[in-house]
Amino acid sequence: MSALSVFYAILFYVATLILVIGVVRKITQYARTPAPLKIPTTPAPTTQTGVVLRMAREVVLFSSLFKSNKWTWIFGWLFHFSLLLAFFRHLRYALTPDCFIWPLIDLELVQAAGKYAGLGMAAGLVGLFGRRIFVDRVRYISSPSDYFMLILLLAIAASGLSMSFVSHPDIVNLKGFILSLITLGWNGWVNMPTDGLLITHLTLVILLMIIFPISKLLHAPGVFFSPTRNQVDNPREKRHISPWGKALDDAEADA
Amino acid sequence: MADFEIPVLNEYTRTPDLKKGVMAHLKPFVAKEVLQQPLNFPGELVENWEEKAVAKLGELKGKYRSLQVFLDICVKCGACTDKCHYYLGTSDAKNMPVARQDLLRQVYRRYYTFAGKFWAKLGMPWMVGAKDMTKDVLDDWYSYYHQCSQCRRCSVYCPYGIDTAEISMAAREIMDSIGVGQKYCNEIIGKVYKIGNNLGLPEPALADTLEGLEEEVKADTGVDVKFPLDVKGADILLITPSADFFAEPHVDGLIGYAKVFHEAGVNWTMSSYASEAANFGMFIGSYENMRRISRRIRKAALDLGVKRIVFGECGHAWRVAYSFLNTLAGPWDFLDPRYPVPQHICEFTFDLMKQGKLEFDKSQNDHRVMTYHDSCNVARASRMGDKPGGQMTIPREIIKATCNNFHDMPKDTIGEATFCCGGGGGLLTDDLMEVRVKGAQPRMEALKNVVDNNGVTHMAAICAICKAQFTKVLPYYGFTMDQIVSVHQLVSDAIVLNRKTD
Repeated sequence: MSALSVFYAILFYVATLILVIGVVRKITQYARTPAPLKIPTTPAPTTQTGVVLRMAREVVLFSSLFKSNKWTWIFGWLFHFSLLLAFFRHLRYALTPDCFIWPLIDLELVQAAGKYAGLGMAAGLVGLFGRRIFVDRVRYISSPSDYFMLILLLAIAASGLSMSFVSHPDIVNLKGFILSLITLGWNGWVNMPTDGLLITHLTLVILLMIIFPISKLLHAPGVFFSPTRNQVDNPREKRHISPWGKALDDAEADA
Repeated sequence: MADFEIPVLNEYTRTPDLKKGVMAHLKPFVAKEVLQQPLNFPGELVENWEEKAVAKLGELKGKYRSLQVFLDICVKCGACTDKCHYYLGTSDAKNMPVARQDLLRQVYRRYYTFAGKFWAKLGMPWMVGAKDMTKDVLDDWYSYYHQCSQCRRCSVYCPYGIDTAEISMAAREIMDSIGVGQKYCNEIIGKVYKIGNNLGLPEPALADTLEGLEEEVKADTGVDVKFPLDVKGADILLITPSADFFAEPHVDGLIGYAKVFHEAGVNWTMSSYASEAANFGMFIGSYENMRRISRRIRKAALDLGVKRIVFGECGHAWRVAYSFLNTLAGPWDFLDPRYPVPQHICEFTFDLMKQGKLEFDKSQNDHRVMTYHDSCNVARASRMGDKPGGQMTIPREIIKATCNNFHDMPKDTIGEATFCCGGGGGLLTDDLMEVRVKGAQPRMEALKNVVDNNGVTHMAAICAICKAQFTKVLPYYGFTMDQIVSVHQLVSDAIVLNRKTD
């Protein structure tokens, strides 16, 4: 392997480890931290099924954000939905042709949708950036890191779009490189293409992976642990007690 | 009338341009040692308070999932920035929910996140919105965490359900733990421990008051409606905010409950030991104090041998009762399992209405054109009945059954979107009058809308704090203090007494 490929191979492995271990650690922390009181924002579902539906509406449609602010909702939802489509388009670079998933999806559609989704991502991000700059309230609450995150994602979208619409990298070569990383070199290592746009794109994605578990991007796993959204409204029917709350009861019973 | 500017009422809620620091001067009185001690808090600012505050934050985020998750996941999207009545009424940047949260989050980032520690080492913690724990930060906490009524309106609109109430409760608990308590809340909690209620009304005075009410109702109606106290073996224990015992219009609500119990023919009682529904332990974020207050109700229920518990009209009390009482003072296996524990007086009255056991002469309320103010803790932190949203429909059903004229305020100001009265969350004290008046602006605007367009004359509420707050702030906006009424005051005025059902 070339020195460049070795360098990026190591970066990819390190970034993946940071992303996976970081997110798993945070999820474990969220799951283990007790929720001592019932605090769903009401009106709230009275059954577990209802909670699943409520959470689905939040995660798929951003229903609370829709209630709040239509501009933020349009830009935010457009960005996230486009990101999802772009993600599907990228599956092709990381999965072998015999993967079970291919018979299930319409490749043409995924490729086309993913390609234009890049534009959707960029549009959504520009909109969110604009709000951050032009709305006095949002400007006030923004730190440099908040702008940086949008710029990073914009740069990822822009470099990706350039490769789709302007200058195509050697994508077969890239796929060989990625597959050799995923299989830990089982079938031999492959050098990465030395395309400037591609290297920029990959570098930015690696940066995003590293930043994910130490930043507000934790909203992605975190929303599922939000007690105001994931609790069933049944405090009278079922006694809710945390381990430390119960310890207070037990200590009193012993006294 | 006031040494601050009273907001102008617009036709619709308007989002003001942001101003910096215009409310930083407003701080409630600090609790002296004698008021801190009964709650097991230090009497004055402790040594090394910076470290201790940071350590307490660490402890709390380990005990409350809400706090840990909410501190991490805010993306600063701005969805909440125009949702807080205190921001709308004061324009102060730090009264935007996210900015209020950030006062605590900046310290969390500085001491508990990699990004914050990393940038602090480079001398640039502001890169990631991190900040050292300093006296300035503590001063901001004391000002702005006492300009939050914990009404949860922001949590309705947050895409992740981040609830600023959880953050302000944690901040107040941290401040209490380093000796910086709020006089109003902590003094009141001390009174509950010592005497049994927020007002410090001892048993003989309470008995006397209730006797007076019996005479008053007898003179009014000619009917012997009882207001029983400490009756052993009664079926129902009524827990009601102590303001109901004498404040206006609260007491008219209490008379309403008594008439309903009378018509239902049930055997009920109040307790002098647990003569308070309010639980200010919630406002200061203290599980231990909230639990200690709640368990007085358990003791009263056991001592009196009752079978059911019913709560009177009080917003945050109903949150603690509905959402937390089973956790804090349960299990309630010694009570009658056929009824929810506890029940709201509105649920009790509504059930009787459905069974046809109450008769109302609506014309008795014809001099009123009503609207209804959803209290924040009832609307967004509890329920009534067995369906989500019952907390909005049941009180309205009661009003419509007792009054001929009812109009709701604009949709984005009621139900789950309701605006706080401006005095909740432990702010109902004269030293915070400026923020109380300014924070009431959005509600006053909505009220003015139905007054102008529908000829509304009165607004009903089911919260002792709302009623006391409106009595005080209505005149600032050109209304009169008696335009706020209790829901059960309407019941009281319309109910037909001594109707023989069987």
